[in-house]
Amino acid sequence: MVLIYVESPKGQIKKSALEAVNYGKKVADVLGKDCVALTLGEVAGAGILGKYGASKVINIADSSLADFDSQVHAGVITSVAKELGAEVVIVNHSSNGKSLLGRLAVKLDAGSVTGVNTVPTNDGSFKVKKNVFSGKAIAEYEIKSAVKLLSLMGNSFPLEENGAEVSPETMTVEIPARKVTVKEVKTIEGTVPLPEAELVVSAGRGMKGPENWGIVEDMATILGATTACSRPVADSDWRPHHEHVGQTGVAIRPNLYIAIGISGAIQHLAGVNSSKVIVVINKDPEAPFFKAADYGVCADLFDVVPKLNEALKRFKAANN
Amino acid sequence: MKLLVCVSKTPETTAKISFTDSDTEFNTEGVQYIMNPYDEWYALVRALEIKEATSGSVTIINVGPAANDTVIRKGLAIGADEAVRVDADPKSALFVAKQIAAYAKEQRFDGIFLGKETIDFNGSEVGAMIAELLDMPYLSWANKLDLNGSTATISREIEGGNEVVEVEAPFVVSCAKGMAEQRIPNMRGIMMAKRKPLNVIPAVDSADHAVVTQYTLPGEKSAVKMVDPEDMDELVRLLHEEAKVI
Ligand SMILES: Cc1cc2nc3c(=O)[nH]c(=O)nc-3n(C[C@H](O)[C@H](O)[C@H](O)COP(=O)(O)OP(=O)(O)OC[C@H]3O[C@@H](n4cnc5c(N)ncnc54)[C@H](O)[C@@H]3O)c2cc1C
Ligand SMILES: Nc1ncnc2c1ncn2[C@@H]1O[C@H](COP(=O)(O)O)[C@@H](O)[C@H]1O
Repeated sequence: MVLIYVESPKGQIKKSALEAVNYGKKVADVLGKDCVALTLGEVAGAGILGKYGASKVINIADSSLADFDSQVHAGVITSVAKELGAEVVIVNHSSNGKSLLGRLAVKLDAGSVTGVNTVPTNDGSFKVKKNVFSGKAIAEYEIKSAVKLLSLMGNSFPLEENGAEVSPETMTVEIPARKVTVKEVKTIEGTVPLPEAELVVSAGRGMKGPENWGIVEDMATILGATTACSRPVADSDWRPHHEHVGQTGVAIRPNLYIAIGISGAIQHLAGVNSSKVIVVINKDPEAPFFKAADYGVCADLFDVVPKLNEALKRFKAANN
Repeated sequence: MKLLVCVSKTPETTAKISFTDSDTEFNTEGVQYIMNPYDEWYALVRALEIKEATSGSVTIINVGPAANDTVIRKGLAIGADEAVRVDADPKSALFVAKQIAAYAKEQRFDGIFLGKETIDFNGSEVGAMIAELLDMPYLSWANKLDLNGSTATISREIEGGNEVVEVEAPFVVSCAKGMAEQRIPNMRGIMMAKRKPLNVIPAVDSADHAVVTQYTLPGEKSAVKMVDPEDMDELVRLLHEEAKVI
């Protein structure tokens, strides 16, 4: 059986968690097993996980599970995994997912690979791939333990509905004592978080100063994209730190990454070169970013970005 | 507070990545190594700041071969009091975590600091494993940590926001940007580092459940298609019809 832990902050199922269920179904098909989704805390409409591939949904709605504590959550997931005899446990490659996986590895004496982006092989061995060296290479791992643990890199597979809604069941498990008290959860309103974003508009030092970001924000609004930036931009406090992408920032793999006034240093590319399509706008024809780009525009960004915004608006108007 | 900082060694950020032995081993030839940036800039410096404010000690630990001593000495030069190296090839995250947990169990640290991930294998796993092995709480991706006696208030990155939590020592925390500012070792620090203790200890046994079987390099990108800056409708058309991303 393949068990997927479904993240549901504030009772809302995350899109990346739907991807994990989708992926869990693929893994279950390869192994010829069932795909079971597990939600912890009160969750609205957990039954829809059936639509994304879960043949069974378990919801343990205990209110003490509403706030995250890796020790508590890993304890509960372990109990469920043991009770159901899970052979594979899947979580999201998120901050919380990663803090669970290491614990599960110890509790279940299991091999783990984080950030996987392929479906395991089924040739007698269990092999999965992930990007390593910050996207500069790909490694194939073999997991040899009886139980296998994976965290799924976001945006690795397109989301699809391939099943029907099911009614969630519950299970009685012991809930470990909590040592972490959650005081406050601050979420950035209105935008899709960078690791989950399909469209990202990013800008660098070529912008000259934070007062010029209006054209970047306009583009993001027109496209429904999330904004990002290069490291010096965040370091100079032109933009908030959470927007910093790259080797020492957030690693992302959106469908579209538009880089405006960013040179394309190797440390920047490391966090974005898994993007499916890259557009580079830079006035320097020698900017290294052009080598990593699919589409390039060599021009002054202050001229061309407003023009692109107008073109995008026309496109949106015609296609809505 | 008695603090432990886990430091790892990674290829320098511009290192050329290639492989040997039929693409099963990382090619170390000509590669320069550094201390993993998250360990150096954030975990180590925040631990030192806490020690400076409250007294106590900072020990750094690395699991690796003797060649790692230069990276360890840098940690001592930045300000750690002493260092421990577990003399073994760090084969997997679980292996590393078991070594560190075995040492930490005897020493009873009030806090164990790590980087949020290594920039080579990008695992982000070791911290949670250590916490589980020691039955301690674990706070991943912390970008702020304030101490009040033995109570820590920690802000941690979650997708699309921040979570603020309170926890009693002992705890394990992995550190991200925001925790502290990078410190450059000065001459005095470098001289003092030479006299600080660096204890080498043997490894404990551990199974390896997950191993790399093959490396590949990403396929070459096809050449960039340049678009006329005067024709942004064309770029939009390409993104819609050819790339199908909008
Ligand atoms: C250990 C380490 C880790 C690092 N990690 C990261 C990381 O995670 N992420 C990251 O981004 N960086 C990282 N860096 C920094 C990286 O090396 C580069 O310095 C940085 O990415 C450069 O940012 P930039 O492209 O915005 O600025 P610049 O390099 O200054 O480039 C600005 C670009 O804008 C163009 N430009 C200027 N004016 C215009 C205009 N009017 N119109 C069009 N184009 C214009 C220029 O031609 C230039 O290419 C790291 C560095 C180190 C040493
Ligand atoms: N060989 C090692 N020795 C000591 N600490 C390590 C080692 N490998 C990883 N770590 C620590 O664990 C953190 C996360 O590493 P990882 O889980 O491999 O991404 C690093 O930032 C270090 O703080």
